[in-house]
Amino acid sequence: MIRIDIRQKRFGNDVVLGPVSFDIAAGETIALTGPSGIGKTTLLRLVAGIDPDFDGQIVRPDRLAIVFQEPTLLPWRSASDNLILVHPSLSRADVEAALTDVGLDGKGNLFPGQLSLGQQRRLSLARAFAGQPEFLIMDEPFVSLDAETAETMLTLTEDLIAQHGPATLFVTHSQSEAQRLSNRILNLISGRDGAVLG
Amino acid sequence: MQDTRLTPLLSIAGLVALWIVAASLTADPQVLPQPWDLIPRFKQELVSGELPRSLGVTLVRVIWAFALAMTLGTIIGLSMGRSDALNRWLDPWLVIFLNLPALVLIVLCYLWIGLTEAAAITAVTLNKIPNVATILREGGRALSPDLDAMAQVYQLPRQTRLRHVILPQLTPFIAAAARSGLSLIWKVVLVVEFLGRSSGVGFQIHLYFQLFDVAMVLVYAFSFIAVMLIVEWLVLQPWERKARRWRAV
Repeated sequence: MIRIDIRQKRFGNDVVLGPVSFDIAAGETIALTGPSGIGKTTLLRLVAGIDPDFDGQIVRPDRLAIVFQEPTLLPWRSASDNLILVHPSLSRADVEAALTDVGLDGKGNLFPGQLSLGQQRRLSLARAFAGQPEFLIMDEPFVSLDAETAETMLTLTEDLIAQHGPATLFVTHSQSEAQRLSNRILNLISGRDGAVLG
Repeated sequence: MQDTRLTPLLSIAGLVALWIVAASLTADPQVLPQPWDLIPRFKQELVSGELPRSLGVTLVRVIWAFALAMTLGTIIGLSMGRSDALNRWLDPWLVIFLNLPALVLIVLCYLWIGLTEAAAITAVTLNKIPNVATILREGGRALSPDLDAMAQVYQLPRQTRLRHVILPQLTPFIAAAARSGLSLIWKVVLVVEFLGRSSGVGFQIHLYFQLFDVAMVLVYAFSFIAVMLIVEWLVLQPWERKARRWRAV
């Protein structure tokens, strides 16, 4: 069980998040929606442990994976090395299998700069799932892709979540994405003291 | 259309031509010998072993000072780039050391430590550290917060983070510091040798300065420039090409 219990998050004197509490069960997928600038990404950063400066408590498993808005790969390392460096226990065969799972078979020796944006996103997904995460966090993973590529990525993500079964929290602006991928939708709205769940 | 690859060669040929004209106009080899007058003197120093020995001694000092200045300057600069509080504390020191004349540091090191090898290398290192730190501070500021976050979430070990996430981002800054560092360090090493050592290229230049032997001063100076160019071509440039090969794809 993943437990998020944030009492408050502030940047200086600005309260960004008010009380926000929810649990995520094993294998459950939650979509987090809300208007731009409300604090969704801030909430994800707290949940992921990137920003430890807040009032509250978050219980999360150790095996964590994240997919950022941008692929956030190491451009100076090959596609294979991007997986191995993050998951050193993977064998070459595991890496090849992980790349095949996302449709990047045979592209292990290429640098990220040699891949299209869609392929870089696939590599980012491969990196996330290669570690068999118990908890997956995704921050608008399909943003800035054309409709066709976004649809392909959505299907791929759906399949990978079904195959690996991590608890998942993802941010999206798209209601259709939220309804298709998630078991539950949480909506962040403006409250008196920072954003709260609506 | 003119082949641009020839431009550097033509430029150097122009400099040599200027030298020949100036030497002809002065018409005094004691003041400015012709370029070809240096060849027998160069051979003489080479055969006697004095030139290779002096070059070797100076090169070792350059390597020591370079390694120390790059290591310490990188650590200080990176730390300042990553921490605003540390930067606020150390920035005034950096400004002071950047503006402290090399000669003052050299004299102070000799006065405080003595006319020793340690003093010489310390003086050169202290001269270069502020420059490396300034460049690497910008490198530290330019590090990607997204890659930082990725490394944090995936719990990359400190060594992996340093080697595969941080250092590759710093490569252009390290290369810039190394290149400017090498050219500054060898010049300061010569001054250090000139002032307080009994070996090395700087010492030889001091010796021939006292004898007013311009030809030998030029022989030692050009020989060391040649050594540093070889280091640049054989070490720095290949390393930089290797580190940046991913950009070329």
